[in-house]
Amino acid sequence: MSAPYLLQLEDIVKIYPDRYGHAMTVLNDIDLHVREGEFVTIIGPSGCGKSTLLRLVLGSEQPDSGSILFDNKPICHPQRSRGIVFQKYSLFPHLTVLDNLAFGLDMEAFTMPGRLLQPLRHRKTRKEFRRQAQEYLERVKLAEHGDKYPHELSGGMQQRVAIAQGLIMKPRLLMMDEPFGALDDSTRQDMQLYILEQWQTHKMTIFFVTHDLEEAVFLGTRIIVLSQYYQSDNVAQAGAKIVSDIPTPGPHPHSSEFKYSPEMNELIRKIRLDGLEPGHRQHISDFDLRHSDSFRTVSKEDWYDQN
Amino acid sequence: MSFLLFAICLGLYQITAMARHAENPQDKIVPSFTQMADGLKRSAFEADRDGEIRLLVDSVASLKRFFISLILLIPAILLGLYMGIFPYFELLFLKFITFFDKIPALAILPILFIVFGLGEVSKVALILIGVFPTITLDAYLRAREVPREQLTKGLTLGASHHELSLHIVLPQILPAVLNTIRLNFKAMILFLIAGESLAATVGLGYRIFVVRRYMAMDIIIPYVIWMSLLAVSADLFVRFFIKKAYPWATVNK
Repeated sequence: MSAPYLLQLEDIVKIYPDRYGHAMTVLNDIDLHVREGEFVTIIGPSGCGKSTLLRLVLGSEQPDSGSILFDNKPICHPQRSRGIVFQKYSLFPHLTVLDNLAFGLDMEAFTMPGRLLQPLRHRKTRKEFRRQAQEYLERVKLAEHGDKYPHELSGGMQQRVAIAQGLIMKPRLLMMDEPFGALDDSTRQDMQLYILEQWQTHKMTIFFVTHDLEEAVFLGTRIIVLSQYYQSDNVAQAGAKIVSDIPTPGPHPHSSEFKYSPEMNELIRKIRLDGLEPGHRQHISDFDLRHSDSFRTVSKEDWYDQN
Repeated sequence: MSFLLFAICLGLYQITAMARHAENPQDKIVPSFTQMADGLKRSAFEADRDGEIRLLVDSVASLKRFFISLILLIPAILLGLYMGIFPYFELLFLKFITFFDKIPALAILPILFIVFGLGEVSKVALILIGVFPTITLDAYLRAREVPREQLTKGLTLGASHHELSLHIVLPQILPAVLNTIRLNFKAMILFLIAGESLAATVGLGYRIFVVRRYMAMDIIIPYVIWMSLLAVSADLFVRFFIKKAYPWATVNK
């Protein structure tokens, strides 16, 4: 693992006003370096700020303090190099399924005047884009639905279109926010394999948020557990931290037998205890940050002994 | 079933007309259908002293004013669209347009006549002042309703901010905004007639106010019906267009 860092988050703090207008810390001092080609799964209790973290990396929101570098450059707004599959599919309702997939290709290939000035080339290229889109549609088993509008599809089908829409662009970093929530079990397994296959072929870096522990351990090369259930020496402590940062054992991608291995079960048990149990709060000095890229800066308020 | 109501109205009218004509065969206030047919024939099929067919000339003049105003509503849509997407547009225009929207357009008609004279400009300006801000605000609100996730996603798919506006947001708000424009046809026609009645030499609104001096109900009533028919067909056309052009839209459902 000597690939360069693709993403560097340091001392990230994100504060939202709550219902009464009081400041509420959501993310508390997040430090995270991610290398190119990593498959990072992010897991944590609901409301711990997983989606917030994705929005910060996307650039649709800015942190209250701390710095985020993508490819050594600061992030200021959403960009072509960082793709997203939202939890709520958010397809473009006015485009057919096929045009939804071809949209990004078209936007990338042409500028606005270009589309007007070269109508013939535009038509020809569009045809090619639609052919490409059709291939992706076949792979997510929606080949015959290309001419439909999103509202004519079920939630699970729309979700698969959204996944294909993200994958077709082959962004350097693809973020997925619980993308399999609306899928039935067999489709879900099929899509897991599909994403692994695309990740391997196109050497993407993937951020994958899920609430399914088994899925997180099976898919990821690295598991980040984000949780607000911990204790520190700071009485006013609030907001989620990275409580575990663990490389998944064994060769990757895992074979499907891995799902039933004792190693996997042990890992899942540990993550559940460390991250998801409100009653079990480990002190920040006990965090399991065994991944080799893991690092953190701690403040004096949080941890007396260290300083 | 509405057909029944139309029939009843016509029947009642005919009874009233017959009753009045029994008393005074020269009655002009409630003209019989034959009188109106005659009035329509004079306006629509026979040239007047200047050799013009009045109904045609009037219709063309009014429709021209109406369509020019419609075309000038395109910037209203675009302004609303940009206000809904770009915060600095919103900051600059929102309060201004909201205030502008509350100015009673008819009340500034005298100002328009003083500033622009009695020509075409002031009539079109009256219509625009009446409906432009409404359409802008409508487009603005609809553009804001488009989920922000779609904009974020559009950017990650390589679209520029302007491509977002024109390829993602505009097509999504158009059916609803066209529908609002359709509902505002009534206001536009109202302003048009108000403008024409005060200062014009030709136009549907102008004509009915001119012939009022002779109490020419046999002309006024066919004109009013003709105007209503024009409005109804414009309305139907827009509804039909939205249905055909935006099969995914929910406006018509």
